Amino acid sequence: MDKNQNITDIAVSCSNVSKSYKDVRALNKVSMEVPRGQIFGIIGPDGSGKTSLFRILTTLILADEGAAAVDGFDVVADYREIRKRVGYMPGRFSLYQDLTVEENLNFFATVFNTSIKENYDLVKDIYQQIEPFKNRRAGKLSGGMKQKLALSCALIHRPSVLFLDEPTTGVDPVSRKEFWGMLKKLQKENITIIVSTPYMDEAGLCDKIGLIQDGEFLTTDTPRGIIGKYPNKLIAVESNDMHQLLIDLRANELSKDCFAFGDRHHVSIDHALTTDSAATKDIIREIKSFLLNKGHKNLIVEEIEPGIEDCFMQLSQK
Amino acid sequence: MQQQISTSAIDKVIVADKLTKKFGNFTAVDHISFEVKRGEIFGFLGANGAGKTTAMRMLCGLSIPTGGTGLVAGFDISKDSEQVKKHIGYMSQKFSLYDDLKVWENIELFGGIYGMKEHEIKAKTDKLMHLLHFEKERDKLVGELPLGFKQKLAFSVSIFHTPQVVFLDEPTGGVDPITRRQFWELIYDATARGITVFVTTHYMDEAEYCNRVSIMVDGKIEALDTPKKLKEQFGASSMDEVFHQLARKAKRIDS
Repeated sequence: MDKNQNITDIAVSCSNVSKSYKDVRALNKVSMEVPRGQIFGIIGPDGSGKTSLFRILTTLILADEGAAAVDGFDVVADYREIRKRVGYMPGRFSLYQDLTVEENLNFFATVFNTSIKENYDLVKDIYQQIEPFKNRRAGKLSGGMKQKLALSCALIHRPSVLFLDEPTTGVDPVSRKEFWGMLKKLQKENITIIVSTPYMDEAGLCDKIGLIQDGEFLTTDTPRGIIGKYPNKLIAVESNDMHQLLIDLRANELSKDCFAFGDRHHVSIDHALTTDSAATKDIIREIKSFLLNKGHKNLIVEEIEPGIEDCFMQLSQK
Repeated sequence: MQQQISTSAIDKVIVADKLTKKFGNFTAVDHISFEVKRGEIFGFLGANGAGKTTAMRMLCGLSIPTGGTGLVAGFDISKDSEQVKKHIGYMSQKFSLYDDLKVWENIELFGGIYGMKEHEIKAKTDKLMHLLHFEKERDKLVGELPLGFKQKLAFSVSIFHTPQVVFLDEPTGGVDPITRRQFWELIYDATARGITVFVTTHYMDEAEYCNRVSIMVDGKIEALDTPKKLKEQFGASSMDEVFHQLARKAKRIDS
């Protein structure tokens, strides 16, 4: 029987989950709901509680308070059922370093009462890339190959929900893009994916995201939804002297906040000052003349749409 | 014999000339040549497995080249690697201060290792605590600090002995976006004091903060220029695009 049939529409849910380690509150009343087949991104810096949440949902640790369920099964009462149906790729490489690539995959298949053959079609695209090295010990693989093996091992029992804890941390931008391509393919197999990342630019690849800091979700919504709720007006500025520009912009009373964003600086203008588009235009003009007076050249000042990183910074400063 | 090359060359804090490292038949770093000027922020980019770490280890005096030459802070990396180590700072991607020592104890330890005098360490510690707004954290164990604090402290310790050049290996990985930007402001402060910065990162927006950027592909430097010129050269609107165009050419499966 296909175990993924007749299961709940909500793949993962938790409500008011809290967890403390001694004096440190790792998670504080965290709630979320992930519909089946979605990619849900948990985005936040190290130490924000991402791994604790993953461990609670995969039944590896117990929450102090709150309830959580995966595929409709309770993480405490039905933990055995959950362990059969989830795949988990921890942030730290956790395969057997002294087993070969093939032995590792075979081991995980056997533990879950299946075989490589039975689910080969699911891991094929990923596993084929490392198959030429199938007799190499896992400990001797490069970072990229370890990642592909770990993902294959987490998938070999055809889980209904896949938990990936920071799979792209420390991975270069090209390999990160490739990895997300693999996730999109898995999504088509109706696997729900919960993925954490410190990279804000990966937010747009998720159906829904939770921005997490200090053990709390700042918000959970679709990426578009979060951007739509950004309260301020955002202006991008560049000039011939970017370092001085940052100092000058911060000294300007119109700017609420100013941060470097690659080749431009982003300046947020309080929504109270920008009630309509005419007001925004006036403010842009004013900032421009302020900067011209300070001697900046090749000035560009224009209104832009915020990205997820702008939203994160705005929400985390509340 | 130790020998520091004349001062005119010292305006170039790093000079790599056909620098090469082979492991058996595998050429990890393949004849790379470049120069880094004093006070410059030099971004050293490349895909995983392109050879960045091997190149950086050679420049830090931790690994002897199998070919070519390198001068760092005026010292030959093959012949005077101990002198190289004394004149540089290094911050690894893995947090490397002692969690079970207090903030000031860590500073004293590293200052002492680099041969700084006690009174000098004391006076500089006061200044640093003020600059970082760390006065209250001075007597705390480093292990108790939030990650953002730790990263800023680790950077400050790596330049505490005023090295000529500091090597930063993915210094901002996993840090929240605001701290990441504050970190770069510390880098700017350091360069304003004449310290040269050699930095690797996977955040392409950070590549834009560098004066010049090199991109390594399969052991070779495939591009080196200011971010602006690189974008023009590759007809790209961002460094992210430049990186993708170059790194896609990589042939090494080992990525």
